[in-house]
Amino acid sequence: MGALVLVFDGLLAAALIWLAWQATHTPGLFRAVISFIIFGLLMALAWVRLEAPDIALAEAAIGAGATGALLLSALGRLAVTDEAGTPWQERGDLYFWVPAGLALLGLLTLAAWQLPSPGLGEEVQASLAESGVENPVTAVLLNFRAFDTLLEIGVLLLATVAIWSLGRMPVPGVPAMTSPVLPALGRVLFPMFALVSVYLLWRGSHAPGGAFSAGAVMGAGGILTILAGAQPWLTGSAYGPWRILLSLGLAAMLGVALGVIALGQPFFAYPTDLAGPIVLLLELAAGLSIAMSLVALYLAGQPPASWNGESMRR
Amino acid sequence: MIYLALAGVLFVIGLHGLFVARHLLRKILSLNVLSAAVFLLLVALAREADPLDAVPHAIVLTGIVVSVSATAVALVLLVRLSLPRRGEEEGPGKEGR
Amino acid sequence: MSLNHWLGALLVIAGMPFFFLGMLGLLRFPDAYTRLHALAKSDNVALGLVCLGLAVYSGSLITALKLLLIWLLMLVASAAGASLIGRTALARGIKPWGV
Repeated sequence: MGALVLVFDGLLAAALIWLAWQATHTPGLFRAVISFIIFGLLMALAWVRLEAPDIALAEAAIGAGATGALLLSALGRLAVTDEAGTPWQERGDLYFWVPAGLALLGLLTLAAWQLPSPGLGEEVQASLAESGVENPVTAVLLNFRAFDTLLEIGVLLLATVAIWSLGRMPVPGVPAMTSPVLPALGRVLFPMFALVSVYLLWRGSHAPGGAFSAGAVMGAGGILTILAGAQPWLTGSAYGPWRILLSLGLAAMLGVALGVIALGQPFFAYPTDLAGPIVLLLELAAGLSIAMSLVALYLAGQPPASWNGESMRR
Repeated sequence: MIYLALAGVLFVIGLHGLFVARHLLRKILSLNVLSAAVFLLLVALAREADPLDAVPHAIVLTGIVVSVSATAVALVLLVRLSLPRRGEEEGPGKEGR
Repeated sequence: MSLNHWLGALLVIAGMPFFFLGMLGLLRFPDAYTRLHALAKSDNVALGLVCLGLAVYSGSLITALKLLLIWLLMLVASAAGASLIGRTALARGIKPWGV
């Protein structure tokens, strides 16, 4: 059985290398983007093989789903997609790149071989009881290293602000082809999206899941409803629900981080009996923010303050 | 073990693509491949530890979200760069601006 | 290995030729519409057999129901995707083979 698993790993590695090569070097941008999307899906398989199911869930939803949607919509809006000549600069560079690439590969493998194994597994297991959750990854994300998660939600908000500051969202924001299939699909699938994302959120405390996979699934559902043509509440108005939801994650984490000071704890240290409910609350806020941010990133611009009867189609 | 080598190879492919690709979209794709290679390295190292170390998993999750935000901003910039600017006609040979 | 395991493994292996045939159709059929046809048929049957095999392998009703749900969602997604791609191809002017 060990040999079969090795064959599987080898095939997966070969497929990943080939797809990465296709994504960066094959002529034709559409082929490159599609290769990259499949690369994301196979990476999810690789994460499962590396015993990282939380990352596999997040990669399948974000890396293959959201990034794929972003790339395809950007590809559709680019003015010029035909590249003249070869995708890379000059053929003669091969004499430099092959030895340099092999040397780099050798150095990296040597360095990686000599790295000591990370040793924090035991500390995490020892403190798991007082963290309020049973899944070690969620405990690390939302309790032990919650500061990193705070900054990451901040980065997501910053990306949304950056995209909104670059101008209005491009119209048409929905596919020009009207088809009864997309709204029907949206109606059938949206309850499933909501159910799965709430389930993943709840499950994050004792099994693989958590705020990121839940937020990513909900974000994908939001992108599907945009494609199906639903628009009424997606306005950029100053006190509208969208801005509140986008900043909810960062606000909740900052509020908790500073609020525990009032309870006599140092910055961002939860009191042990409240740790479980606090983690759940932060997961909920972070999941909502991630979902709304993914939708905002997909729209690629600031939606108008009010629709006034215009529509997302031209 | 095989995943450490895979991470190295993907890193070299991504780096090469980043430098030699002509179109900016391909450079963005190469950056994503680079991040994927680094994440693979982190998690492959974490698996060597016993018991399974959860801190690199959390770091990689954070990294995936940050890389998708960076890709989104880069794509929006790319699309805006390729549009004709205000006050300038489309077409070759227009100097100034 | 018990009967569950044998039957489950047999069903999963029985799904493999359908995946292979779908891939063959994707590569060898002459135009977009016939390729969509091959992919949709093979994906539904192949995934159905794999899900059935895994459900039998696991021996638990809850897992079997979850796998059935996965198969149904995949049916919906593949049908919607095939319809959208076909419609867009027709609107772009791609003519079916033989017309």
